[in-house]
Amino acid sequence: MPDTQNEGTIKITVEFSGGLEMLFSNERKLSLYIPAIDADGSRSNIAFLVRHLCETFMNDPRKELFVLDDTVRPGILVLINDADWELEGEDKYVIEEGDNILFVSTLHGG
Amino acid sequence: MAPSLCAHCKTNRALILRPKDHSKLCRPCFLTTFETEIHHTITSTGLFTRGERIAIGASGGKDSTVLASVLKTLNERYDYGLDLILLSIDEGIKGYRDDSLETVKRNAEQYGMQLCILGYDELYGWTMDQVVEQVGKKGNCTYCGVFRRQALDRGAARLGLTHVVTGHNADDVAETVLMNLLRGDLPRLSRTTSIVTSTPSLAADPAANTHIKRSKPLKYAYEKEIVLYAHHKNLDYFSTECIYSPEAFRGSARALIKNLERVRPSAILDVVRSGEDMAKLVPDSDEGCGRVCTSSVPAAEEEQGGCGSAQGPSSGGDLATLEQALSSDDRAADAALEIEITTSSIAKRTAPLPLTVGKSRKVPKAPNNTRKQPKKQVMGQCKKCGYLSSQDICKACVLLEGLNKNRPKNHIEVGYEPEKEATSVAEAVKQLDVGAG
Repeated sequence: MPDTQNEGTIKITVEFSGGLEMLFSNERKLSLYIPAIDADGSRSNIAFLVRHLCETFMNDPRKELFVLDDTVRPGILVLINDADWELEGEDKYVIEEGDNILFVSTLHGG
Repeated sequence: MAPSLCAHCKTNRALILRPKDHSKLCRPCFLTTFETEIHHTITSTGLFTRGERIAIGASGGKDSTVLASVLKTLNERYDYGLDLILLSIDEGIKGYRDDSLETVKRNAEQYGMQLCILGYDELYGWTMDQVVEQVGKKGNCTYCGVFRRQALDRGAARLGLTHVVTGHNADDVAETVLMNLLRGDLPRLSRTTSIVTSTPSLAADPAANTHIKRSKPLKYAYEKEIVLYAHHKNLDYFSTECIYSPEAFRGSARALIKNLERVRPSAILDVVRSGEDMAKLVPDSDEGCGRVCTSSVPAAEEEQGGCGSAQGPSSGGDLATLEQALSSDDRAADAALEIEITTSSIAKRTAPLPLTVGKSRKVPKAPNNTRKQPKKQVMGQCKKCGYLSSQDICKACVLLEGLNKNRPKNHIEVGYEPEKEATSVAEAVKQLDVGAG
C-alpha cells in the first residue's frame, strides 16, 4: 500500500494514561505527524515511534520508566486502535495514517 | 495484516490477547469473560454470604475501581444480595490523596454506593504529611502501611460491618509469593496466598476492631486485564505515584514479575498456584486446614499493591532487604539447620522444620517448638488500642508512641487512650526495634 505516504508524513494520535502522562509533561493526548519513512528507509513502525517520542516529547529524564532494553518497558500496555499490540506485531507494526496508539502503564498505583 | 476474530463469538474483531491462555477476544466477550471469572472465584470460595454488608477498600486507583465496578455488576447480575460500601482512607498527603479521593467520590456517585472516608489525622492524630515532616522521606512508607491496614479495619468497624474486600490482583500475589520464597519465609507465604486473610475471631470482644475479614476477589485477575477492563469499560480511575515514593515502581520483585510475564504470560498465575501448593505443605498452614483457621494473619503483612511502593523495609519491597535475609539463610545453611523437605518428612514430621530460619524478627525459639507452633506469633490484642496483634502493643501504637514522644508541641489529641504506661511500651519498642530492620 504505497499510497499512504503522500507527502512523507502521516498523522496519528498518541495517548498516554495510567500515569505515563507524567513523563510527557502531563499531556494525555498528542496529535502529531511522523515521517512515513524512518532513517533506515523502511516504513515507520512502533519501534520508530517509541524512539521518536523519547527524543521529541519526553522532557522527563527517566527514560527507563518508558523504555527498557530498546523496547517499551514491561508492564506498559500498548494498544493500537484499541487492539493489544501483541495482536498487531508489537513494535514491528507499521503505522498507518490516522492510527491511534495508546500507551497505558499498569505499574502505577492509585 | 488480517485482523483475527474473537475466539468466543467468532464475529467481532479480537482486541484483547489474554495473558493466561493466549486466547483472542473482542471487547464485549472480554468484559463478560473477565466478570464471569471473578464470579467463579467468588462462588467457588464461598466468599460472600447473602445479605452481607461489605466495604470495598477504595483508593481511586485501577484495582479498587475495577473491583467496585465488577462487584456492582455481579451483585446485580447474580443477585448476591450484598450491600456494597466504598471505604477510603485519607492518609493526609496533599497533592496526592486529595486528588484520588475526588475520583472515589465520583465513583460513589457513578456506582450509587455509600462512601466513607476516614483520615489518618482522625484515627492517629497524624497525617502522613506531618509524619514525613518528622521522620523524613526515608522509611515513612512503613508508617503509612501499618496505619493503613488498621485504618481499613477500623473504618469497617465504624460502619458496623465485618468484611473488607481489597483490590489485590494476581500480580500482587505472585510478587508476594516470590518475595517470601526468596526470603525462605514459607509461613508467611502460606498466609498471604489465601484468598481470605483474616476471619472473624469468635472470641474477640465485639467492641474491638479485631474481627474483620479480609478478602481479595481479584486474586486470580491479571493486572494487565484489570487495566484493560478499566480501559474498555471507560472506568474513571486515578493513577499517579505517591509523592513520597515517586519512582519506586514497587521494587525489583515487581520488575521480575513483569519480565516473566513478557516472556511467558502464564507465569504469573503459575506462580500464584505454586504459592498455593507450597502453602499446603506448610504445617498448620491456613491453606492446609481448609481456610477455617485464618484468624491469625498479623497486621500489615499483606499491605501492598495499594500504592506505589508501600512496602517499607519490614515488608521487603526491595532486594537489598532480601539480600540480607538471604545471607542470614546462608549462615543457617552453614549451621546445618536446613533440611530437605520431602513429602515423607512432611507427612511424618519426624524432623523439626526450621521454618523460622532466616527471619531475624522473631523471638528466638528452640527449633523443636516449631513443630507444634510452626509460625508464629500467637495472636492477641494490643493492650492500647485493642487491635489484633502478636505483640503486647501493636505496631501502629508503637510507631505512634515514637512519633508522639518527639512531637515538638504536645497539645494535639491522639486517636487512642494512653491508659497503659510506659514500661510495657518501652519493652515493646525494644522488641520491635530488633525486628523492624
